[in-house]
Amino acid sequence: MSVQSLVSQLKAGLDAPICLTWELTYACNLQCVHCLSSSGQRDPRELTTAEAKRVLDELHDLQVFYINIGGGEPMVRRDFFELLEYSIGRGIGVKFSTNGAFIDPDKARRLTSMDYLDIQISLDGIDAITNDAVRGVGSYAMARRAMENLAAADFGPFKISVVVTRHNVAQLDSFKALADSYGAQLRVTRLRPSGRGADSWHDLHPTNAQQRQIYEWLLAHGDNVLTGDSFFHLNALGESLPGLNMCGAGRVVCLIDPIGDVYACPFVIHDQFKAGSVRDEGGFARVWKQSPLFLELREPQSAGACGSCGSWDACQGGCMAAKFFTGLPLDGPDPECVGGEGEHALAGVSAGAAPRPQMDHTKPHTARRLIPVSAG
Amino acid sequence: MTVTLESGLRLHPQVALRPEPFGALAYHYGNRRLVFLKHPDVVSVVRELERHDTVGETLEACGVAALRWPSFVKALDSLHESDVICERDS
Repeated sequence: MSVQSLVSQLKAGLDAPICLTWELTYACNLQCVHCLSSSGQRDPRELTTAEAKRVLDELHDLQVFYINIGGGEPMVRRDFFELLEYSIGRGIGVKFSTNGAFIDPDKARRLTSMDYLDIQISLDGIDAITNDAVRGVGSYAMARRAMENLAAADFGPFKISVVVTRHNVAQLDSFKALADSYGAQLRVTRLRPSGRGADSWHDLHPTNAQQRQIYEWLLAHGDNVLTGDSFFHLNALGESLPGLNMCGAGRVVCLIDPIGDVYACPFVIHDQFKAGSVRDEGGFARVWKQSPLFLELREPQSAGACGSCGSWDACQGGCMAAKFFTGLPLDGPDPECVGGEGEHALAGVSAGAAPRPQMDHTKPHTARRLIPVSAG
Repeated sequence: MTVTLESGLRLHPQVALRPEPFGALAYHYGNRRLVFLKHPDVVSVVRELERHDTVGETLEACGVAALRWPSFVKALDSLHESDVICERDS
């Protein structure tokens, strides 16, 4: 079977997701300006320990091999280690994303003693100035301390996870060197206009010239760097980057949010992409297998306005979430279309027309911080 | 090692197989790699390897026509390369 026919099989959906993200809580000690889930405060409706274990039982029955745990800051949950151990005990490997605040020397040793566990520490700048501008004051030191503690505990190759922005594109080589210095693995992903990112995206997303820089850097380093396949929109620039080159939303990917709602992917927390809830009758399996939204996403998708572009096979029209939250039609160019079509399309979106992300859990005292305050 | 009809193989102990419409997904818990087994017949052969002494005997038992054996040996070789299957006594 060729790669292309495999991809067409995957687009028709799998019996269970390959890449399931589970955000355990909306609570977070940080308030990153690009947070995909607008996290900050815990939601009182979050899944209980017993409910979370039932979901893990279901994922075990579906033979989900591993899950990506995030948040919020997942380590904030008091039952974090209990759920981690339960998952691994049921044969579901865990990769979790953290800002590192709670990885002290003790926790680092405890994490090191567990099998089938990967840790991803978020870092969005190679220095405190670049990083903290996005992730908040003190977050650079926090992440580096966690890395030091994991290294001291001999955890092995943890991952350093970078969201590529206008301000850190030039630091890609330095991120790689930092990862190498720890024997860690670098992961770089695309900035999305989701969650609080809807407000910061226009100022943070890489320029068109930088897109080419990212593409070339990934071509040169792609085999040793993880990307979560997130840069396939860049494939229109030439040779394809490593990966499946497709949007996996609802087909091979999905998100379970802290209150158990199931969305097509981690970047679309909005009613339009909500497929159901793990609390519904039939649980997660029924949502995955039967929800009308997921079944529709598994149907052949129209290239729409991109149909006449010779690059569509390469870029597949880009990211659904990026289009949705910038107010662009889903069957048209990605806002970061390397052919410049996105820029034209964005110019036609009137102010306030883009759908607003939902489930905002931003802490009240910081909710307005992106709006400039004028003196007097 | 190159897989031949005489090789004695088995599913790697750290690998889990999940049936899918196109064949199966294999996940290696050790190296965290996901491998696509893109043909249902290859999946049945991989599952059966352990019950037979050699690849040849497995293919025979699975009723694979002799004409297709070379391509199965090639497929098994690449699965061995990616540690989805391993030698019996390793």
